[in-house]
Amino acid sequence: MARPEVDWAAVIRDPRFQALHRRKQRLLWGLLSFSVLYYFLLPVGAAYFQSLFAVRVWGVVNVGLLFALSEFVVAWGIAWYYARHAGAGLDRLAAEISAAHLGRRAGG
Amino acid sequence: MRWVTFTVFAAVIALTMYVTAVASRRVRSAHDFYTAGGGISGLQNGWAIAGDYLSAASFLGIAGLISLYGYDGFMYSVGWLVAYITVLLVIAEPCRNVGRYTLADILAYRNDPRKSRIVGALSVITVSTVYLTAQMVGGGVLVKTLIGIDYEVSVIAVGVLMLSYVLFGGMVATTWVQIIKAVLLVIASIVIVMLVWTPYGFSLPGFLQDVVGDAKVQARVAALLGDRAATMTPAELGQRFLEPGLYFKAPIDQISLGMALVFGTAGLPHILMRFFTVPTAQAARKSVIWAMAIIGGFYVLTLFLGFGAARLVGPAAVAAVDAGGNMAGPLLAQYIGGGPDSFMGNFMLAFVSAVAFATIVAVVAGLVLASASAIAHDLYVGVVRAGAVVSPGEQVRAARVATVVVGAAAIVIGIAAKGQNVAALVGLAFAVAASANFPCVLLTLYWKRCNTGGIVGGMIVGTIAAVGLTLVSPNLSYPLAIKAAAYKVLEATPARRAAAEVLVVDADAAVVARGNKELAALDKAAKAARADLARWGEARTSFMGLEKPLIELKNPGILSIPLGFLAVILGSLLYRDRRAEELWEELYVRQTTGMLAEGPSQP
Repeated sequence: MARPEVDWAAVIRDPRFQALHRRKQRLLWGLLSFSVLYYFLLPVGAAYFQSLFAVRVWGVVNVGLLFALSEFVVAWGIAWYYARHAGAGLDRLAAEISAAHLGRRAGG
Repeated sequence: MRWVTFTVFAAVIALTMYVTAVASRRVRSAHDFYTAGGGISGLQNGWAIAGDYLSAASFLGIAGLISLYGYDGFMYSVGWLVAYITVLLVIAEPCRNVGRYTLADILAYRNDPRKSRIVGALSVITVSTVYLTAQMVGGGVLVKTLIGIDYEVSVIAVGVLMLSYVLFGGMVATTWVQIIKAVLLVIASIVIVMLVWTPYGFSLPGFLQDVVGDAKVQARVAALLGDRAATMTPAELGQRFLEPGLYFKAPIDQISLGMALVFGTAGLPHILMRFFTVPTAQAARKSVIWAMAIIGGFYVLTLFLGFGAARLVGPAAVAAVDAGGNMAGPLLAQYIGGGPDSFMGNFMLAFVSAVAFATIVAVVAGLVLASASAIAHDLYVGVVRAGAVVSPGEQVRAARVATVVVGAAAIVIGIAAKGQNVAALVGLAFAVAASANFPCVLLTLYWKRCNTGGIVGGMIVGTIAAVGLTLVSPNLSYPLAIKAAAYKVLEATPARRAAAEVLVVDADAAVVARGNKELAALDKAAKAARADLARWGEARTSFMGLEKPLIELKNPGILSIPLGFLAVILGSLLYRDRRAEELWEELYVRQTTGMLAEGPSQP
């Protein structure tokens, strides 16, 4: 299987790659930390803030139930936010970098 | 009415068999066998991931937990969805970009291929075997309860059916069986939820108001709370069903299990493998988003299934059929259809049961495929035949031989593990995946200094920590504690019988009925206690030689996950590996940009 030779170090030095790397790092680790923190609020709240979870807000529906339901909304929200950002900017940048570096080698 | 059950089962099995027959014509190379030729679309893969994930444990188990314990059951389901955020953000796309067939492919990219394939394959086999055992045991019990055939026969039936999918249809058939099963499962759930919810005009507070006002639910909460229920009004008891703390007693257990779920899903080999079946990183991303929509939507439906079963069937009736509540969904379906004596009731029960059966077979198929690929692709082609040219025909043959071996082992283990605690086994599988696979995959993809020393250390330490901590945990049977509990039951029985016998001679028929029920329950408890005493005889210690658990943690995650990460970090820092350093730039560029990713058509 003939694979085009790529100068990987040159890709890493490419400012476009550096920009992609920075944007991705911020997006991924930011969203991941937020989602993990938000998730663990649920078991911690259920264990240590039981009286708050028991407060009724909508008929018999209490804070605890709404908070558990909000976990679904937040998870879907993060997925949507990530897909929008990745799909709009990051994919295009990645394709641009790939084309530039693969093209350069294949052509010359 | 048995013919209804058999007809529905036969129809579902025939449908999946037809798909397998069609698929078998498309499996020619190892690429087809392991990854369906990389030709699955994002939407299809999303449904297949949901199919892989909505196993008997989550589909039947969560509805059951909600019907028996209310709020805690629903809270338990949240972790299963949040887990996919980790998969989406840091695992799916990089794995698609640099991987090929297996988890170890990713590790072997920059680390020593031989060593990383060996530890990677061993860990994949460990996780899959534990998860497989849980599914086999759960499936055997389920089929026995649903259609009344013996446990051993049903384990063999699951095994043989699963082998025929994998052996002939490889990943193509496995994927389509997952999709069909997930679609059937979602349709069945939507129909039941609609029927449950319509009388309340689709009002959430209205529905829940009726649930907490139900005498069966209030009686259940009173039974769970024991003495503490004495001062509570019926309304307070009902409301308590929507508050936390009826199932999870120790917060640390819930947090530890949550960690295992949130980080373990990203290390489950049969889930990771699904990302090699799509052509691009974008399709991998899309498939996780679809999977999150389907899985999350399904868990929201489960809220209604669980509370609906509690309101209509009643927690006591659910627990009477299966103490773990696994029959809540099927029983609710039967009730909604018109009850045990109606045709529709039996048809609905049979349909939900057939879907549950297909669920187990399909999940087991995915797990067997993951183990077989670790054995055939990593250990045989990558280690035993390292350096040699292995023809495509031989690769497929190796994969099929490994499938038969793993499948046969699954049947034997399934029968041997009869009576094991399914939830604890599932928790252990996630804990091993989170403590060994996840740190190794994550750090090799994102941390420059990571190398072979870290991978080997992390895999070994993570696996041993998770398994070891479970072996000294309260999940095992401790004869002294069991016998003490049994003696206590037997000592209390005479006094309680005397109290119940007073009721039996009462003038009021309702009191007599209550007394008879109490007597029957006492007899049953005494019989179980005597059986425990006979079973454990003179034994004093657990399987590990302990009189009581060393730790009180039910899931090892909170300890074993940090240990796994620490081992990867220390191992990498203490070990020098030129290859891992040299290949870092290539790996990092490829995982970030998807440059030179394997296309769908490449063999």
